[in-house]
Amino acid sequence: MTQSVVVQVGQCGNQVGCRFWDLALREHAHVNKKGLYDEALSSFFRNVDSRESDGGAHVVGGRIQHLKARAVLVDMEEGVVNEILQGPLREMFDSTQLLTDVSGSGNNWAVGHMMYGSAYREQIVDKLRKAAEHCDCLQCFFLIHSMGGGTGSGLGTRVLSLLEEEFPEVCRIVTSIYPSAEDDVITSPYNSVLAMRELTEHADCVLPVENQSLVDIVDKIKHMSHGGKPGSAIKRDSTIISGQGGLSGAEKPFDAMNNIVANLLLNITSSARFEGSLNMDLNEIAMNLVPFPRLHYLVPSLTPLYTLADVSVPTRRLKPLLPFVSWNQEGWKTGLCSVPPVGHSHALLALANNTCVKLTFMELRERFIKLYRKKAHLHHYLHVDGMEQSCFSEAISSLSSLIEEYQHLDATKGTLVPDAPRLRIAR
Amino acid sequence: MSIVTVQLGQCGNQVGHELFDIICSDALEGQRKVYSTASCERFFHQTTHGDLVARAVLIDMEPKVINQSISRAAKSGRWRYGESSHFSQKQGSGNNWANGYCVHGPRHSAVVEELVRREVERCDRLAGLMAMMSVAGGTGSGVGTYATQCLRDIYPKSFILNHLTWPYRTGEVIVQNYNSVLTLAHLYQLSDAILVHENDTVHRICSQLLNIKHISFGDVNGVIAHQLGSILQPALTADSHGVYSRNPLGDLVSGLTCHPEYKLLSVCTIPQMPSSSMAYSTFSWPSLLKHLRQMLISNTKMEEGIDWQVCPPAGSERARSFTGPSFNTSLANLLILRGKEVYSAETDGFEDPALHTSWLSSEEAFNLWKSPVPFNKYEKCATLVSNSQALLRPLDNMVGKAWNMFASRAYIHQYVKFGISEEDFLDSFTSLEQVISSYSQLS
Repeated sequence: MTQSVVVQVGQCGNQVGCRFWDLALREHAHVNKKGLYDEALSSFFRNVDSRESDGGAHVVGGRIQHLKARAVLVDMEEGVVNEILQGPLREMFDSTQLLTDVSGSGNNWAVGHMMYGSAYREQIVDKLRKAAEHCDCLQCFFLIHSMGGGTGSGLGTRVLSLLEEEFPEVCRIVTSIYPSAEDDVITSPYNSVLAMRELTEHADCVLPVENQSLVDIVDKIKHMSHGGKPGSAIKRDSTIISGQGGLSGAEKPFDAMNNIVANLLLNITSSARFEGSLNMDLNEIAMNLVPFPRLHYLVPSLTPLYTLADVSVPTRRLKPLLPFVSWNQEGWKTGLCSVPPVGHSHALLALANNTCVKLTFMELRERFIKLYRKKAHLHHYLHVDGMEQSCFSEAISSLSSLIEEYQHLDATKGTLVPDAPRLRIAR
Repeated sequence: MSIVTVQLGQCGNQVGHELFDIICSDALEGQRKVYSTASCERFFHQTTHGDLVARAVLIDMEPKVINQSISRAAKSGRWRYGESSHFSQKQGSGNNWANGYCVHGPRHSAVVEELVRREVERCDRLAGLMAMMSVAGGTGSGVGTYATQCLRDIYPKSFILNHLTWPYRTGEVIVQNYNSVLTLAHLYQLSDAILVHENDTVHRICSQLLNIKHISFGDVNGVIAHQLGSILQPALTADSHGVYSRNPLGDLVSGLTCHPEYKLLSVCTIPQMPSSSMAYSTFSWPSLLKHLRQMLISNTKMEEGIDWQVCPPAGSERARSFTGPSFNTSLANLLILRGKEVYSAETDGFEDPALHTSWLSSEEAFNLWKSPVPFNKYEKCATLVSNSQALLRPLDNMVGKAWNMFASRAYIHQYVKFGISEEDFLDSFTSLEQVISSYSQLS
């Protein structure tokens, strides 16, 4: 069994990460009745005997002593991480896994990426190394961050390129939260586009999540729970936004949205953690879903969002209505895992490498250009050591060419592309 | 003589387990001493305590499936796998043939060779090696190909049979066609015979003949194991002089794959029905054989939906390609009959020269094995192993799709990363186009 390390950067990254660890514990607790430290647990947790002086991790098979998350938490402000350390999950992390500062990045990508990136380079690599050394067979780094701010966006992408440098063989899956149009950070388009370039260059695959979509989903679930059709009671505890059964009690404002993202991560890793008749490893995701190295943005969708009290499951039918590129008409990769999420009898996660992402990128480009045209707020960035105007122009050009690659593929939609002529064998 | 089986990857290990399970229950059924001894000798090694230990080596790049197969075998109480006859790593091949063939294969070849050698040495005499794998993924296909290459080098005089499971046309692995093309092209040079099961076909058998509602891979693997078992269990051949043949793989290979360009073998078995219906059914050899013959000619893999309109060309038309597009021309066939009254079965229909190409006589093209012992609870069972055009269309589809994808160079960077070049792809495509051309010319 392989292990994964979660690297959570910035406020959003750490809040989502926190929900992930809570839900992961809940899921394992549900399945692991005997309190044994099994293979499934070891993929995300180490088992530490605190009596041993070096805090040595235990081998798989023994009893659970003390679980520690395989995680590195980075934030340039202390608030969020401190809250975690005072909350019910405090035992999951020890001080060697944390990196904090006090002043924050001021919603400035350059401060996060250049300033803190250089200042903390050694320490970051050191902590990542330690986390990797605790793993028997490290398969994947999960980076969680937002695109709109300064730390998650700037320092997060710096961490990404460090991961590529120091651990080139380990898969890098990035969960990026994209700001909605009404985001209250004015410079979020700059931060997002600057970060996009890094993602395109250094990530193996990216799961883009739009805040707006999360808001819509949460609203829809709340609406279904409160109103809804008569006779279809929703089980409140088993909505995807519910943290019921986890360690944290009362739910805070972004919790519902963060739970959705956490569930996404749980589902992706389920086949690698538990048994099934058609196992799917994490390295198979990139292999099957990324036909060209830069086009690695995978749109996630998750169902069910809630469990009905008396659900009758229609047989799953894959719709043949989705237009696929001519050379990949049957481009489906399937994984089957026998262990459902808590509170559900079954769940379906779909990851789509679909040209529809270009719409998100195009909107982002619009918002960027609106600001950049006026050179608004640019001086805040250019003041930072190492930051130049060319960073901006290169970033927007990278985004434009990415959009063009998607458009190029879209252009073939609906047209009848003839099969490539086959090799002919002389008789 | 004994067969050593190498189970590779998830599919190879799951199907392999089903196979040994069926063979063991068939061998231990009832009072059939000679058959039972022959079967056990062929597939199992008996410990001093009388335990049956499968002559098998289990290989995978990640541990879950092997652990499952080993524990399920042990739970059966009738047989088990050898304690140290397996090798796994922590991280799989990521559905990447190049990762399997260029990285994992060479890295672990010494261990694999050692495990196989131990099993071979436990045999009094080696009948041959059987490698079981799928072609769609990364380990079975990539590591399996590399392992076959090593075994071919170490045992140049032994028969090597590769059992391949071809994936569902859609939905398993996106790069399955690349992995399949690379595997088949390489195996063609290494293997003595390539026996193929297609998931789509077996799935139809499960749904239409066995009436299974929610078909799982367990069901699919059960059918494959049944068909494979009916080929490999002891049988009497024309040359075995009234005893069970001691050289099953040799007989199979010399009967069917006499020409290096024609190595693809397909299987069909009749009857296939839910065990609940068996008590109410009666079988007659004439009826079974008539259906089986038409299944061969019309290239139908099961006894439902047979096209009775297809018929072999009449005498004068034989010289040219006047066969209808749906007529399946055979190079060679092996018919295996098991069960009651097997000596009274008339098989003349299969000796019709119109079924085969003209370059082999009917005696050479048709092989018949019999066993009076009912197999796997079927009172009568007939299996046809064919070297014919039956796999031509699926092979052509597979190569066509892979070629289309290759034309846009999609996913190629994933393979190049591990050491396979575009040249290697082109070589594989060329080899398979050659195979397709050869089989097309049979008619």
